[in-house]
Amino acid sequence: MAETAAVHAPHGAVEHHDGPSYIAVFIYLTLLTGAELGVYGMGLPKTVMVGALVALALTKAALVAMFFMHLAMERKGLWIIAVIPLVIVAFCYLMLRPDLSRRSWASHQEDVVIGHHEEPAEALPQIPQGKALTNADQPADSQVGQPNAAPAGGNSPSGTAASPAPEGGASPSAQSQPAAP
Amino acid sequence: MSEAAALDTHAEGFHDESEPSLTPGNTGKLGMWVFLAGDAMTFGAGIAAYGALRWYNVNWPNPADWLGITLTAVMTFILICSSLTMVEALSGVQRGNIKRMQFFLGLTVVGGLIFLGCQASEWHHLIWGEGLSIKTSLFSATFFILTGFHGMHVSGGVIYLATLLLRSFGKEATAHEAKLVEVAGLYWHFVDLVWILIFTFVYLI
Repeated sequence: MAETAAVHAPHGAVEHHDGPSYIAVFIYLTLLTGAELGVYGMGLPKTVMVGALVALALTKAALVAMFFMHLAMERKGLWIIAVIPLVIVAFCYLMLRPDLSRRSWASHQEDVVIGHHEEPAEALPQIPQGKALTNADQPADSQVGQPNAAPAGGNSPSGTAASPAPEGGASPSAQSQPAAP
Repeated sequence: MSEAAALDTHAEGFHDESEPSLTPGNTGKLGMWVFLAGDAMTFGAGIAAYGALRWYNVNWPNPADWLGITLTAVMTFILICSSLTMVEALSGVQRGNIKRMQFFLGLTVVGGLIFLGCQASEWHHLIWGEGLSIKTSLFSATFFILTGFHGMHVSGGVIYLATLLLRSFGKEATAHEAKLVEVAGLYWHFVDLVWILIFTFVYLI
């Protein structure tokens, strides 16, 4: 019995989706990726660049979901399953933002150690807790809700979690090494 | 009567009243969509946390100083190509051409393996060349968690598709086979979709 799936396809069991050709979607995705690299290399203002890149990425993601994953050709009820995660993720993000905007690194410019962090932690001078982030060190808006400056790790400049160095800009290790190679 | 024929007979002659209304004829597809919705929340939580941590952080390094944009653009193109080969594999089996399905499924697996090889090379450079680790900074932690979690999905997808390919040898292009490929394709395209977002949010912005 060597008949094919198409022959066997009763009651729409094998679905041939009508939509734009897969090659066309592939070309769109490739062109949009090229456009992303173009926008990235154009030296646009940061806000404009971020907006353009996010729009391009969401367009690409929508193309994949709509045509490669056949969401455009499926029953509309399936959209509920696809959209619910997006709503929850947006909610998570919006709930995080108010808290994070008040962290020390939100507006406190630092030189940050990223890689090759080889300086032993014992060599760091001990600075009393809470001294690093003085009122003079940070703008007024970032002091709101910060009675205890921060536990080590999540609040350190750019999150230099490996180092037990004090908070704020007082870390010698942070000053002694460049932020980027 | 072969096993495939028996499966088709089942599909043709049996009408299940409990058949899901959202994906008629393919219960597995609905199951995969529900799984992907859960997976999307996990990825989404990671990307939302990354975005929230980075948004106000004036000390966040420029990703281009640490990450290879050119290599990652190539990786993105490879995944897009693998998505195309995946839909071509589905198209093949839906038209009753099992050889075409196997060919394109094999290409998809190869694409996934190339992607993983590129990612391994990138990680090797960052860890042993640049001295980054998951505990070095928020930048490195979010980078390794997001790309690592995605890489695990690509690895799982390669195993998934390779298994589907190997078990297809000696079989015919039946409706049942087409359903399996369609469900696997949903997973693979989702992995591609997530990478599109990671490429933009982690590497370019």
